[in-house]
Amino acid sequence: MTSITARRRHPAAGYAVVTLGLLLAGLSYAAITGSGAASASSHSLTQQAQIAQGKAIFNQECSSCHGLFGQGVTGSGPSLIGVGSAAVDFQVSTGRMPAKEPAAEMPRKPLELNTAQIRALAAYIESLGGGPAIPTSAQVSQTGASPGFGQQLFVADCAQCHNFVGAGGALTYGKYAPPLTKSTPTQIYEAMLTGPEAMPVFNNTTITPQEKRDVIAYIVQTRSEPNPGGFSLGRVGPVTEGLVAFIGLLLFMVFAALWITAKHGKAHE
Amino acid sequence: MTTNRALGGVGGYLDDRFRGAQGFRTFFRKIFPDHWTFLLGEIALYSFIILLLTGTFLALFFKPSMTEIIYHGSYLKFDGQRMSEAYASTLNISFDVRGGLLMRQIHHWAADLFVAAIMAHMLRIFFTGAYRKPRELNWLIGIVLFTLSLLEGLFGYSLPDDLLSGAGLRITQGVLQSVPIVGTYLSFFLFGGEYPGTDIIPRMYILHVLLIPGLFMALIGAHLFIMFHQKHTQMPGKGRTEKNVVGAPMYPYFMAKTGAFFFFTFAALALASTLAQINPIWVYGPYNPIAISAGSQPDFYMGFLEGSLRIMPAWQWVVFGHTFAFNVFIPGLVPLGLVMTGAAFWPFIEQWITGDKREHHVNDRPRNAPTRTALGLAMVSFYGVLWLEGANDVLAQHFDVPLYTITWIARFAVFIVPIVTYIVTKRICLGLQRKDLHLLEHGVETGIIRQLPSGEFIEETRPASEEVRAKIARPEPLALAGAKAEGEGEADVPPPGMRGGLGRVKARLNKVVTESIPVNGHGTNGHGPNGPGGHDEDEHAHAAVGSGGQESGTDQPGA
Amino acid sequence: MSDSTPGRGPGDSGQHGDLPAGAETGSTNGEEAQASPHRVIGTPPPAQARSMLGAAAVNVPAERERELPADPPDLASAKRAERIVAALFMLSMLAGLGFLASYFIFGVHSVRNVLHSNLALGGTMALAFLCLGIGATIWVRRLMPDVELTEQRKPLRSTPQDRAAFAETFEEGADASQFVKRPLLRRTLIAATVPVAVAPIVLLRDLGPLPGKSLEHTVWRKGLRLLNYGVNTPIRPGDFSSPGGMITVVPDGYQDDFNALAKAAVIIIKMPPGVLQAPTVMNWTVDNIVAYSKICTHVGCPAALYEQTTHHILCPCHQSTFDAARGAKVIFGPATRALPQLPMTVDADGYLVAQSDFTEPVGPSYWERG
Repeated sequence: MTSITARRRHPAAGYAVVTLGLLLAGLSYAAITGSGAASASSHSLTQQAQIAQGKAIFNQECSSCHGLFGQGVTGSGPSLIGVGSAAVDFQVSTGRMPAKEPAAEMPRKPLELNTAQIRALAAYIESLGGGPAIPTSAQVSQTGASPGFGQQLFVADCAQCHNFVGAGGALTYGKYAPPLTKSTPTQIYEAMLTGPEAMPVFNNTTITPQEKRDVIAYIVQTRSEPNPGGFSLGRVGPVTEGLVAFIGLLLFMVFAALWITAKHGKAHE
Repeated sequence: MTTNRALGGVGGYLDDRFRGAQGFRTFFRKIFPDHWTFLLGEIALYSFIILLLTGTFLALFFKPSMTEIIYHGSYLKFDGQRMSEAYASTLNISFDVRGGLLMRQIHHWAADLFVAAIMAHMLRIFFTGAYRKPRELNWLIGIVLFTLSLLEGLFGYSLPDDLLSGAGLRITQGVLQSVPIVGTYLSFFLFGGEYPGTDIIPRMYILHVLLIPGLFMALIGAHLFIMFHQKHTQMPGKGRTEKNVVGAPMYPYFMAKTGAFFFFTFAALALASTLAQINPIWVYGPYNPIAISAGSQPDFYMGFLEGSLRIMPAWQWVVFGHTFAFNVFIPGLVPLGLVMTGAAFWPFIEQWITGDKREHHVNDRPRNAPTRTALGLAMVSFYGVLWLEGANDVLAQHFDVPLYTITWIARFAVFIVPIVTYIVTKRICLGLQRKDLHLLEHGVETGIIRQLPSGEFIEETRPASEEVRAKIARPEPLALAGAKAEGEGEADVPPPGMRGGLGRVKARLNKVVTESIPVNGHGTNGHGPNGPGGHDEDEHAHAAVGSGGQESGTDQPGA
Repeated sequence: MSDSTPGRGPGDSGQHGDLPAGAETGSTNGEEAQASPHRVIGTPPPAQARSMLGAAAVNVPAERERELPADPPDLASAKRAERIVAALFMLSMLAGLGFLASYFIFGVHSVRNVLHSNLALGGTMALAFLCLGIGATIWVRRLMPDVELTEQRKPLRSTPQDRAAFAETFEEGADASQFVKRPLLRRTLIAATVPVAVAPIVLLRDLGPLPGKSLEHTVWRKGLRLLNYGVNTPIRPGDFSSPGGMITVVPDGYQDDFNALAKAAVIIIKMPPGVLQAPTVMNWTVDNIVAYSKICTHVGCPAALYEQTTHHILCPCHQSTFDAARGAKVIFGPATRALPQLPMTVDADGYLVAQSDFTEPVGPSYWERG
């Protein structure tokens, strides 16, 4: 003990105490809030069992905003009757749901439920009123898809909100079209199909499943494409380029000018 | 000595034909004053040269045609797609020509640096008063160069016919179309018919590679020649007067330094083009009039026009079957017009207000012209607010601020921020002047404490060094003849320029513009006899007021 | 007017009309020397300069007074600097060679190859120039002896004698040319140049056709099918049935015609029942599907951001916002006019077609729009 108190006037003592305090606070917060995956068995359940499990999860996690029967609560959450398993899979697998706090738009965040739980929940909601189903892996497969054609569709119907490459964009009143950097092919498919929040609905008779695959191929290929010219600066365009020109280039030249014209040797006041 | 042999050989050959010895000697011995801010114009000059070099390379591969072809190049995503030849040839340069992408990027970064450097250089000239007589015409040439550079950049980045720059072209067309009476004609003549047509890219191309560069070379040549002929200005300091230039000679010093600076410019641009991607047109895709992307902005130097288009409320006036589209042509013309016209007229307005018709070869420190500095910064802040508004959707997305809120804030800020900037800057300048005055009068603190017999402790000071005194001391602004001065009683008949309403306006403006803390190094107790902004009558020639005669000031400190 | 030509120091040789052009005259002694080498650049007339050098060449060359010192004061540090600069120049040469080698080593023709090629070429180029620049700067700062010289400014204003001489020459020439004395000549000359001066402007007439009425119409007409852009297939209301749906449509036959699309691009929106209200023209809708021009009425960007929850159409260029449930009237932003609504109906095969062209001009406002 005396070894600690002997160092209480050390210059770094204050910093050490603050760091310790922050560490304790952070650890307790993490412990209290917990994160994601509650453990659950991953073996397949029968459909009835799945729906029952889904209902149980729904009652615990979702009913406070969406109503005990998914009918919706005005001012809290919309009705889920007829939204389909695709919508549920999208919202929950991106972590948007269960929502933590009211906001103009629900952001993507770490998952609260694991895949089996999400499937169960989706099955339950599907049972309430039908709706678009979770796509099969064949429906989102990239084999044979045409990213070039996907680009034409993307640029006509998606880029105005999500930007050329899916870097995201602003909407009104604090809403935004999110960046597509983390979206899986399934999630992209489901988003087009169900039109989450402010996004329009692109059903399968307007943009067919084949065309959806092309759009997904465009997004996936473009975001993983290397940037041959150097760092991409966010792929946002001239805004960041202009910042680099002023702060990077001009400032560099100013430093060079300062060096070249500096008086050397003597000290000058 | 080998230098003599070289001189004898080539030098002799040329001298036999051109009589160059005397001219070159004068040229070699020319003195260039040294200050880092004097190199800002060189950044622009060397960027221009690099633009010419890289531009020539690009022009050998670029096809300025809007004819649609099927793409079969190396960027496989677009294989089989229809696109214009212009876009396809740009893809070709980027992916199928060695060094092509590097040249494209250097060209574009050089264009950005060119405009940024012109802005920095222009601001330096403004804040140091280097536009005053005899350099007013050079200032005007500079403004024309600045305007041309904006146009040149606009045409240049629109040549590849990609989605981002195409949207910009559409906006340009819409603004053009909104001009009253002649708008539709202008638009149809520029685009060869309806938008987009097939003529705009070849036309922009010839403007971009021939006409405007030609104008640039002529104007830059004139700009440099005038600077050469009149000799560069210099910053105030020891030994520096209105009648001399102090520095190092052109040969070998200035040549070496400017050569080094050219290499630095090229290196900076090459580094940026290696590490930072610019204008990735393959990511934007070919232009299509039905498509648009979120976060579409023009290059930064057009940002303030974009901002003014976004900030404008929806005003229009329809009368007798004709539309005044205020919502479009006011933002298109007014901010740019204000900035450019204001800048162009400012040397003459300032001359009128201050009545200062003397030649000026010693720069002002910005703090010593508080009103000018404050006005300049107010203009910069006006420009800056519009600039930020031009990026409002990117700002909204990245800083989580609602979109309309940013626009509403900007609508008020565009008036309030310049006013506040003016006031704050002027006060700061006056405060810095007081600090200078304090330094002159009380000297530099030495840290030696002495106790007086009375028991009081004081800190010893020593006078500032001669160099510092030379830097700080400056001529006071001229008194405007006819402005009321003490001891004169009532002014009898004011001089012609001071009569009437305009004359009174001028007198009042003069008082504001010349407000500053007098620092004349004469050891008074810090204030002129008439308080701040007053003048010592024994010292100064009075300014000529509208009488047309030219007087040069005869008092210069340190001369 | 007093002779107010400052800058005349003592000992100047005055103004001579017969000195060769370009000769400088100025004071031969300027300010006294400072501690470090500080000499005035005197600008003696060429004759004197020649004689100075000539005298020195005859006598002892070493006695010529130098304007610039030959060497920097500290030769040891200069030697060190020389080595540094030489090393930098060598590095620059290597980088330059690297650039040339990279050109041949690194091929292109794929995105990844271009990335490597760009890195190699750009990196070597940057290094080469940077080393040159740094080397040159060190050379100037450490190897060249420090000098501060003063040059006198010549007055910019010509002397009164020069001005007078010029004025004489000018007036004599003007007299000889008869230009001033013969107004008939003068005026007819000016009259002759006016049409020639106007000619270049007139020659520009054929840059483009006159606008006429072309801005008032688009290619839409009765019976023209709406095609789903990209796939270019016609649309049945039964397929476009999900409330909240939106898609870009183009007129049948014009899907590749940019001139037509720049005015004829349209978005169709499926609204939930009961949402569409005046001033939306209900006769022009089909089954709660409404069609609006996609071309923003501000300056012509495609206004295509559709928020299904608020029914707002937002144009991303300048944030003009339109309410799709209420005839696309403007609710924020710089646009002044609502997006024109395309009259729609269904043809015999059940596909969406236009009833007619738009009933007002599409796109940005213009003077003759009315």
